Amino acid sequence: MTKKTIFPVSRVHEPLRVDVEIQNGQVVDATVGATLFRGFENMMIGRDPRDAALLTQRICGICSSAHAIAAALALQQAFNLQPTPNGQHLMNLIFAADIIQNHIRHFYVLAIYDYVKGPNMPPYTPRPEGDYRLPEKRNAELLSHVKEGLLKAMRAHEMLALFGAKIPMQQTILVTGVTEQATVDRISAYASILHELMEWVEKVYLYDVAVLADYYKDYYTIGSSKGNMISHGMFPQPITGRREYSSGVMFAKGEVQPLDINKISEDIKYSWYQGDTMQRPQEGTTIPDRNKADAYSWVKAPRYAGYAFEGGPLARAWLSGKYQRGTGVMDRIITRAQETLKICQLAEEWLAQLSPGGPTHTPYTSVMQGEGIGLTDAMRGGLGHWLRIKDGKIDHYQIITPTTWTFSPRDNQGQRGPVEEALLGTPVANTEDLVEVGRVIRSFDPCFTCAVHMIDAPEIPTMII
Amino acid sequence: MLSRREFIQLCMSATVGMSLTEYLIPVMRSAFAQNKITKAPVIWLELGSCTGESVSLQNAINPSLEQLLSESLDIRYHWLINVASGDAATQAIENTLKEEAGNFWLIVEGSVMTADNGRYNEIFMRNGQMVTGLAAVKEIAAKAKYVIAVGDCAAFGGPAATYPNPGGAKGVWEVVNKQVINVPGCPSHPDWMSGTFTHLLLYGLPQLDSYNRPLLFFGKTIHDLCQRRQQFEDGIFADFPGDIGCLYRVGCKGPVTHADCPLRQWNHSVNWPVKAGAPCLGCASPHFPDGMMPFYNHLPDIPTSFATLNIKKISSGLVAFGIGGVGTHFAVAVLKKRIHKHYIKGTKPLETLPPETLEQAKQELNELTKQKNALLSITTKSDVKQALRHRKWWRRKLAEFLNPKDKDGE
Repeated sequence: MTKKTIFPVSRVHEPLRVDVEIQNGQVVDATVGATLFRGFENMMIGRDPRDAALLTQRICGICSSAHAIAAALALQQAFNLQPTPNGQHLMNLIFAADIIQNHIRHFYVLAIYDYVKGPNMPPYTPRPEGDYRLPEKRNAELLSHVKEGLLKAMRAHEMLALFGAKIPMQQTILVTGVTEQATVDRISAYASILHELMEWVEKVYLYDVAVLADYYKDYYTIGSSKGNMISHGMFPQPITGRREYSSGVMFAKGEVQPLDINKISEDIKYSWYQGDTMQRPQEGTTIPDRNKADAYSWVKAPRYAGYAFEGGPLARAWLSGKYQRGTGVMDRIITRAQETLKICQLAEEWLAQLSPGGPTHTPYTSVMQGEGIGLTDAMRGGLGHWLRIKDGKIDHYQIITPTTWTFSPRDNQGQRGPVEEALLGTPVANTEDLVEVGRVIRSFDPCFTCAVHMIDAPEIPTMII
Repeated sequence: MLSRREFIQLCMSATVGMSLTEYLIPVMRSAFAQNKITKAPVIWLELGSCTGESVSLQNAINPSLEQLLSESLDIRYHWLINVASGDAATQAIENTLKEEAGNFWLIVEGSVMTADNGRYNEIFMRNGQMVTGLAAVKEIAAKAKYVIAVGDCAAFGGPAATYPNPGGAKGVWEVVNKQVINVPGCPSHPDWMSGTFTHLLLYGLPQLDSYNRPLLFFGKTIHDLCQRRQQFEDGIFADFPGDIGCLYRVGCKGPVTHADCPLRQWNHSVNWPVKAGAPCLGCASPHFPDGMMPFYNHLPDIPTSFATLNIKKISSGLVAFGIGGVGTHFAVAVLKKRIHKHYIKGTKPLETLPPETLEQAKQELNELTKQKNALLSITTKSDVKQALRHRKWWRRKLAEFLNPKDKDGE
């Protein structure tokens, strides 16, 4: 048996350490741990609630709008407000553009070099030897698409900025909508970029994914998870609030059940926080403790009804009943590409429903007391913001992010997190570079800037100047 | 090749619809062709960051990231784009430290986490030991030619250092013993980053302000360059974000923020916050975000008291300076009567409902006549005053004429 450590795992957002045990050319045990702690939730305490969307989105540079949307949803509940129809559509359009961007970047910046040989210069060299199966011509073709992919992801961000002012870190999302106006010129600009992207996703992105899937067929089974899927649902519709992607959970590829947020809890036995009891997101106090024995990650272990769950495009595809092929590496990559196209189509529908010049938000004021939960799916799975307002200030803030779910460490019962589970049985040809392990990890699109879960400390005395 | 002056002009006059890199690539290419420059070896470290700067830089590259990589930067290590993982990747750091000592650049993204001696952020392994971001930055910066901090986190601590700063986040300049070129912003604008890199490559160190920010991007305030500046001067203020008018009342931090967003705009000049009706957050400031919160109030009521000295990262003095800046600007504006009643009451369109009855119409007509008369009387009064002043002026001239002695102090 060989023990191997990969640290840092490159081409993921922020530091990730993976330890694997290999026996007879297969992974028999794995632990994944994040090694950065910032503690954002604690920073929210004592702040003006209206600032929640703007400050929490600074958790993450690749999925900033997701946090803004979740915070806005939580505030809608706390303030008891509804977005205007135009406002809701614009929020959805902003979010859609960010997801399209994220999915394209995930494939063309992060994942593709696991399968395609990059140019012969740093940072693409050094690269692991072997197991590049594409013939030279195909390899060159996909490499040329990488350049296009970068451009298209940038175009998606341009599209977002039309209504979001700037990105990363959009600035227009309010509780009841967005500050930007739905003018005809902006709508048509969005539509033109959207059509360009839709065509490209259909012709190039899906094609490239199909090429990879063809050459790497064994990756349909490698990296398979148990099939516990969770989704918070995303893209609420105006007035009705019905979501385009509905929420739900699924145990071991079984029936789709409604999501009950009261079943969500977090374990911290193997995380660098004091104590080892189970906690609910609405309560509990935890304090960082880097010297805790046995702990190996800053990520907590969220569980639904006591089990580990996977979120993201694959989960959304399974829960919508449109995909039932499997839960392996290629399934994740394929469903991500298909979802990109689907979201493009949805965005097109919303654009048609916008009423140019109609109100994109309504003025509101903050409240003195209130509570709110903002649940939405983000690029990588279920995202939740829990907040409580007391005396006009934020009194409690808790965030559970998608990567916290998928890259969770072991829980108090010793059950592995979804990625740790998916890594089991991964064949390893060369114990030096462990490309197969990297492929499994990257198929989940990890983002530890979000995942590193924060503290929920006792109230801090503040002085108002 | 462009002269330094021409280059600065180019950077400062970003044209709508074009990104800076589009101009820079041909410039770089000709410089390469003439063998005037060689690619700079770069170690890019991500510490307590959100990868926002890397994502932002990907947005600028036109046509592609490859182009910047092949034309100007020789990025040896950046874990977001390195193909190799683990030791194979970090070997590049060791090699660069050895081979290119005193020649390579260190670009840092994200703040340095200092809590528990840096163990809140570990970034790679060396001989089986975890290396913290803090230790790595100190060691690598000592051997680097330039240390560049991109983003507000790396430059000044930024969002990661928001009170109560659980991870002990600090700006890079606080932990290294060397000049750090700060390219702030949350995230930093791609042009600010690529422009600074190119200046370093072609002409060496750019002119920096007292916070070590390149003056060519951070020389003027958002307020000075803002498209809504005229509305500020005219006293037309928005009551809520998204309304027409200057966003000063709803928390715009433009007056105290040095950056050229209004000219350059974001994401290929598509938009920028104030244009979209969202108040500026002051994200390129050294005291962002604590000194800028609440974002939607003009005068900050910062819960992070001076007494707790939460922002050791930039010293509480800077925060005081920030609040002072906002406050003084406000006070001066009131004194100068720029803001006057509009600040308090807001600017609302005149409510002109058509009169419903003849009685109402008559009443309104009476009101209007009264107003007109009042105005007329004011005008007459001021005419009289004017005449009086004129007479006095005449008398003074006469006196001067009669007693010319004062003129040269004779």
